[in-house]
Amino acid sequence: MNNGEFEPRIIAFLCNWCTYTAADAAGVARMEQPANVDVIRVMCTGRIEPMFILKAFAEGADGVIVSGCHPPGDCHYNNGNFKTFRRMPLVEALLGQFGIDEGRFHWGWISGAEAPLWAQLARNFTEQVRALGPLDWKSQKASKED
Amino acid sequence: MAGDQKLKLALYWAASCGGCEIAVVELREKLLVLDQLADILFWPVAIDTKYKDVEAMADQHIDVCLFNGAIRTSENEHMAHLFRKKSKVLVAFGSCAHEGCIPGLANLNDRQSVFDYVYLESPSVDNPDRVVPQPMTQIPEGEINIPKFYNTVKTLAQVEDVDYFVPGCPPQAPQIWSVIEAIVAGTLPAKGSVVGANEKTVCDECKYERNEKKVKKFYRIHEILPDRVHCLFDQGIICAGPATRGGCGALCTKVDIPCRGCYSGAPHVVDQGAALLSAVASVVDADTEEEARRIVSEISDPIGTFYRFGLPNSLLRRSRLGKQQGEKS
Amino acid sequence: MMDAGRHPNITLLTYSEVTNISGYVGNYKVTIRKKPRYVNEEACVGCLQCIDKCVYKSAKFPDEFNMGLNMRKPVYLPFPQATPQVVLIDPEKCLFLKTGKCKQSCAEACDRKAIDFEQKEEIIEVQVGTVIIATGFETFDAARLPYYGYGKYPNVYTAMEVERLTSASGPTGGEVILRNGRHPKRVGIIHCVGSRDEKTNRYCSRVCCMYSLKLAHMIKDHTGADVYNFYIDMRTPGKGYEEFYDKLLGEGVHFIRGRVADVNDWANTPEEEGKLVLRVEDTLIGVVRRIPVDMVILSTGLEPQPDAAKVASMFGISRSPDGFFAEAHPKLRPVETNTDGVFLAGCAQGPRDVPDTVAHAGAAASMALALLGKGVVTISPTVAEVEEKYCSACKTCLSVCPYTAITFDEAKNVARVNDALCKGCGTCVAACPAGAITGKHFTDEQIVVQIEELLREPEEPAAKAAEGVRP
Repeated sequence: MNNGEFEPRIIAFLCNWCTYTAADAAGVARMEQPANVDVIRVMCTGRIEPMFILKAFAEGADGVIVSGCHPPGDCHYNNGNFKTFRRMPLVEALLGQFGIDEGRFHWGWISGAEAPLWAQLARNFTEQVRALGPLDWKSQKASKED
Repeated sequence: MAGDQKLKLALYWAASCGGCEIAVVELREKLLVLDQLADILFWPVAIDTKYKDVEAMADQHIDVCLFNGAIRTSENEHMAHLFRKKSKVLVAFGSCAHEGCIPGLANLNDRQSVFDYVYLESPSVDNPDRVVPQPMTQIPEGEINIPKFYNTVKTLAQVEDVDYFVPGCPPQAPQIWSVIEAIVAGTLPAKGSVVGANEKTVCDECKYERNEKKVKKFYRIHEILPDRVHCLFDQGIICAGPATRGGCGALCTKVDIPCRGCYSGAPHVVDQGAALLSAVASVVDADTEEEARRIVSEISDPIGTFYRFGLPNSLLRRSRLGKQQGEKS
Repeated sequence: MMDAGRHPNITLLTYSEVTNISGYVGNYKVTIRKKPRYVNEEACVGCLQCIDKCVYKSAKFPDEFNMGLNMRKPVYLPFPQATPQVVLIDPEKCLFLKTGKCKQSCAEACDRKAIDFEQKEEIIEVQVGTVIIATGFETFDAARLPYYGYGKYPNVYTAMEVERLTSASGPTGGEVILRNGRHPKRVGIIHCVGSRDEKTNRYCSRVCCMYSLKLAHMIKDHTGADVYNFYIDMRTPGKGYEEFYDKLLGEGVHFIRGRVADVNDWANTPEEEGKLVLRVEDTLIGVVRRIPVDMVILSTGLEPQPDAAKVASMFGISRSPDGFFAEAHPKLRPVETNTDGVFLAGCAQGPRDVPDTVAHAGAAASMALALLGKGVVTISPTVAEVEEKYCSACKTCLSVCPYTAITFDEAKNVARVNDALCKGCGTCVAACPAGAITGKHFTDEQIVVQIEELLREPEEPAAKAAEGVRP
């Protein structure tokens, strides 16, 4: 916590070949990014199960990012990202029904050469989630009934 | 169970529909065998023992308690704790106790919104004085207390330590019998296991012919007449079979109705609804984001479709508390 | 082709087709159907006496190689340089094979006894380690554009037909003549027929500008005719190509920048009588013109072969949006496919001319050889594995693998991942609704634990192993 200000906890699932590389490059180049985003690497966004996103929120994440290679042609595994853009809209709809603001879930594409875009996403998304306040799903799970 | 002593059995229903009781009765002539094997000490639907009779029992007096129904009120929870104390083995019997089942869908609301609708806003309600149940009511003779209605439906395991889980809405009679046989023979697996269901999913028992899937459009069951030979999912009808434990005999698909997922998720799957959602979306036949979005937007109620039986047992368990349905935070 | 036929390490199977292929890189089993020629290949020396003595005194059937511009007999040599130099009997046209009633004068004429009407098709199975697909292209069917009059007006030709006309071994011995036998005085060559066209093929077929220029030059050379080329852009990359175009400008070939709107024989003036009139906007001067010519040549583009979908499916490879076979990477891997061990050479992958095809094919050959030479295939460690105990044969995974690495074992009723083809993307792991597929090194358990640990508050105890998995 920073002077009592709410610090969002954000989990980002990034594909090894594109966005993870971009995030790495952003770090190496000392681009300004907040410490709020924690990265989990997968080989391809096609590996990302909707379950991971729900698990992140359930464990206390205030925001979740999914990012990988640009479709249609950039995916290192040809069309893993096609499965991603088929799954994510349905995850969005599901999160909406659960009452989780769409501003807490961002999914998109950042290539390995777009490090500045990653740093910008990390900054902007952190502020976006900060404005929404803590989600704190765990306390909802733990609450004893009055 | 010692020597030729009869098994001391208790059956309880918490927030449920009574279907699990009917499922036990579906044992039919095997009920007579059960009667020979077991003494039923408590079964509200069938015999006249009271709560105080249970309270009077020694701890662990009951050999096996088959507890069905979800935890909706403080009474349900109280009885969960009571039966845990008085039983050697506590079994979460049926989908409500195991996962929350249909009562669990109320987790898209809270107490306030449920009461508002049921007692005040429903079109068939005539309640000009806006009378709503209260936990405690003062009358001249004293205080009347009724159990508290929780905001959130919970599974049995979320309030108490559970030994075994028997899934199904309801568990099918042959499976119930196999569980009883295992109890009697002492061949139950490790504590915490799911019993009375298969390791493979419903597809393994299903009659349909299955092929590679490419879905261009999702249909609800009333929108098309599926052919009776090919997998419903292949034809665009969302069937929970691929994500649901088998053991029920694939009764629903046998009569050309898609599986709804009542036997809970496959072993090792963390969240049944998420697993089914992932499979359904993965085979959408779309090569652009716009097309994919258009096709999946046809699924009008994702939670109802993917979490029909398992919402309280899912990762998120309920919608955001403190918000009305549709509001987000 | 002749060198390939003679090389001791090369087995050339002509007049054959692949009917089935199974297996994976290093271990392919290919089934080939060798169609019967009704001629013994070992005995025939290509003397062509059988053709001479055939009961058909004159050739009656359209010669495929000469685009139907002349005729052949039922027994024929496909083209002059055919390898092997062995004749072929067409079972659809041969009198004996169709009716059983013929004095078989061809067999009589052969002093090698090479004609064998009893010959049956042969099924051959070979084991190979790698495959190169070099199935080429098909030219665009000009009849799909009725406004150019192909098939309607006799003197509208396709470029391929004119190639045969200009060839010394072609149907006219190299004479470029109209259907009435006369030389044309004016010729119009229309570029981009079936290319760069929203309604047919959006891509550029790459070779047509150069061959159109070549035809323009040859026609001018052979006949002295006035030649008009109608183009959108002049695409002449490559060594000496731009210089060739320049030469044609100097030779007086007319170049009009505009897409010809239509070709018809409705004369407006006496000069246009008996001619084919091309209506075109000359965009460089902004005027719509009528150009009367004697002969129209349609520079048809290149398309994938009509059975490309079947071939792709048989070999487990994919196709680009334009229908040609898909390369593994548009810049960095032009001869590989996403299926290990299957390579592409030449126009099967996309339109290209001869020098580019030679380079492409050379690359495919060296990659195939390198694979065989190495003897082992390096596979990804992060492969997926199906746990047969939990796989219930829903077949969801079969549809999602980009590498066709998942097959279905009918006998055991489970899906199976081929380690040699799996690249470890994890898409099937995420798609499996029964959680029956594990992704090595990126398992659900491993990723879930990362999520839990990253979000754990310091004062909470570490995640228990059982936390993420519930009954």
